[in-house]
Amino acid sequence: MSPIPLEYGLGLAAALFALGLVGALVRRSVLFILLSIEIMLNAAALAFIFAGARWGQPDGQVMFLFILTVAAAEVCVGLALLLQLYQRFKSLDADQAGRMKG
Amino acid sequence: MAVFVVSSTVALISTVLVITRRNPVHALLYLILSLLAVAVLFYSIGAPLAAAFELIVYAGAIMVLFVFVVMLLNPGALAAGSPRRRPLFWLVPVLLGLVLLGELVYVFTRLPPRPLASGVVPPQQVGLALFGPYLLGVELASFLLLAGLIGAYHIGRRKPT
Repeated sequence: MSPIPLEYGLGLAAALFALGLVGALVRRSVLFILLSIEIMLNAAALAFIFAGARWGQPDGQVMFLFILTVAAAEVCVGLALLLQLYQRFKSLDADQAGRMKG
Repeated sequence: MAVFVVSSTVALISTVLVITRRNPVHALLYLILSLLAVAVLFYSIGAPLAAAFELIVYAGAIMVLFVFVVMLLNPGALAAGSPRRRPLFWLVPVLLGLVLLGELVYVFTRLPPRPLASGVVPPQQVGLALFGPYLLGVELASFLLLAGLIGAYHIGRRKPT
């Protein structure tokens, strides 16, 4: 097993991040936007892990744990917002949320 | 290197399938598959703690939260597809999962019993770094989790004021 070059790992992370960004931009359902945000956070964590493994330092995994915390908090609040949105509009369309007043 | 190529291909394919599905439950299952592939990748580049957390927290906890919310919502309004059951929708995820399983068997049987990467960072080092120089970050993460908990409770109340 030859070690994996850093460029490949960062390329994979960039590709996953781009996929998540495309998903967040083209989908209208709030649920899919949250999923795409998860994909992007995961891609960022992947880049951190690859960079940490390149130099053999634990800092990459520490950053991964922080990203995990951010993802958990974001999902928690985002899903609560999604439930409220669904109760008000009976739909998950993100464009409908523009009609929310106050 | 073969492990990297195979699992990154599985991750990319399943991520593409996540953002193109109509049914949210299918998208969730593909995202879990993508997270499994990324966990294999973490393990193969010498980050076993990150691989375990990817499985336990991401695929185990966060995705289950998504599944709960999807089940709380009305599934008829979510699934815009045809009501007729398509009998073959399980084929692609099963194939991708079998690819990951084959990769696991390959790693366990063919390769000599030594770590895949040269520089494996053990969980002890990560813990020492986490509670040594990054102690302030851990405290801030706990603040963030508390804020997320209170925010979700406040937003998710059944009767909005």
